[in-house]
Amino acid sequence: MRRIYLDHAATTPTRPEVVKAMLPYFTDAFGNPSSIYSYGQEARGAIEEARIKVAELIGARSEEIIFTSGGTEADNYALKGVAYANERKGNHIITTSIEHRAVLEVCRFLEGRGFKITYLPVDVYGLVAPDDVKRAITNKTILISVMHANNEVGTIEPVEEIGKIAREAEVYFHTDAVQTVGHIPVNVDELKVDLLSVSGHKLYGPKGVGALYVRKGTRLVSFMHGGGQEKKCRAGTENVPAIVGLGKAVELAGQEMGKEAERQAYLRDKLIKGLVEKIDHIRVNGHPTRRLPNNVNVSADFVEGESLLLSLDLEGICGSTGSACGMASPEPSHVLLALGTLAEQAQGSLRFTLGRDNTEADVERVLEVLPGIVARLRAMSPLLKTQK
Amino acid sequence: MTDPWSLYSEKVMEHFKNPRNVGEMENPDGVGRVGDPICGDVMELYIKVNDGVIVDVKFKTFGCAAAIATSSMVTEMVKGKSVEEALKISNNAVVEALDGLPPAKVHCSVLAEDALKAAIENYLNNSSSPL
Repeated sequence: MRRIYLDHAATTPTRPEVVKAMLPYFTDAFGNPSSIYSYGQEARGAIEEARIKVAELIGARSEEIIFTSGGTEADNYALKGVAYANERKGNHIITTSIEHRAVLEVCRFLEGRGFKITYLPVDVYGLVAPDDVKRAITNKTILISVMHANNEVGTIEPVEEIGKIAREAEVYFHTDAVQTVGHIPVNVDELKVDLLSVSGHKLYGPKGVGALYVRKGTRLVSFMHGGGQEKKCRAGTENVPAIVGLGKAVELAGQEMGKEAERQAYLRDKLIKGLVEKIDHIRVNGHPTRRLPNNVNVSADFVEGESLLLSLDLEGICGSTGSACGMASPEPSHVLLALGTLAEQAQGSLRFTLGRDNTEADVERVLEVLPGIVARLRAMSPLLKTQK
Repeated sequence: MTDPWSLYSEKVMEHFKNPRNVGEMENPDGVGRVGDPICGDVMELYIKVNDGVIVDVKFKTFGCAAAIATSSMVTEMVKGKSVEEALKISNNAVVEALDGLPPAKVHCSVLAEDALKAAIENYLNNSSSPL
């Protein structure tokens, strides 16, 4: 059975071109970038080339890019780095209730250490109101962190407007752009952000690598202490092959992004339209237009998400409920609850995230299979009878 | 053989794919409804009792594959048993019969046991004859 992978927001396959670019840096060009002999300098050069590529894709300068172990580390570094470097100025951070846990859990950690966090609400589409951000700013506010696009429902936030507000108030502004970089245009000057998180494996690069953009002049403490790599911000011998892979992945993404986003948006709309037409009592979660080109998120009443996923998996279709990280916890998605979705409806949510490898036939296959799965599970659901 | 890395045993998957005794029952002698849709699990179990023996049983479940499989298994286990015997069925026995459940899903088996007990209690309250 051909497997249809529709969970590209969880992770993407590493592109063969990326793997090919990485391979020499495991063996022939294995040197430590901090060594002065030629092996080291080859590795150093490869890292700097990758840095330029990442910077180019987001409109930054290469010296403003710090490589990390991934999106989670970039988020951790942005929040803790700014918080601890600016403690004397203030202890207030503004974020939203729908951030990825790599931001929310850091905020909770900081809360336990004397920082005050404002978690802004969102509307039914998942949008943060820039006015709410403005009103939440106090003279103690040191950082605003609002994601560029939500990983579960795909809503694209008004980051540019929030950036303007942050700049006027002279407050640092971070955005988690893990779901957008390489997928839709991202420019740090247009978005007016001071810090921006990038992940490699969400854009067909390898796992275990990411980057944090840090605007020149931003005050933050060192994240890793040791040998002084990454401008003393993040010590430790660089993960050269992965960094090279990230560089290659962003290069390819930059070339293909526009066309690919258009193609995926077409498939997305076809899938959403088909699901709404073929299945009763189904609602689309997220924003109708301000939406990632690859994101479909729906809630089917009277059925539970895991049994939907497992039934789809038996048909060779890989989707998710909410986010992959949440699988271990049975609580309904914090994002859907923040959008005002009822908990029992959030339990029946399904996310499909399209990727480069998906075709129209894949979308048709989901539309062929899912209505029957929903009908089968509803037939054994005690909720349908009581709500009819 | 069950793949050690798969979430569920083959038995669980088999009961999830082909659940036994699904449906509602007309004029049941006992009904048990447990769980909460907010938590993601609701089980409804119906029993028909004749001379103190559970002669028919049906269920409806909203929940994950483990919830559906435990409901299905518990209905198989009680059919033909006396009410007294059925009351002794523990959640562990259901888990064992399914060749195990992941730790995070053991609560589903507790729910199945609770649904059965609730149905039997309902029957005992309805019927005049004591155990």
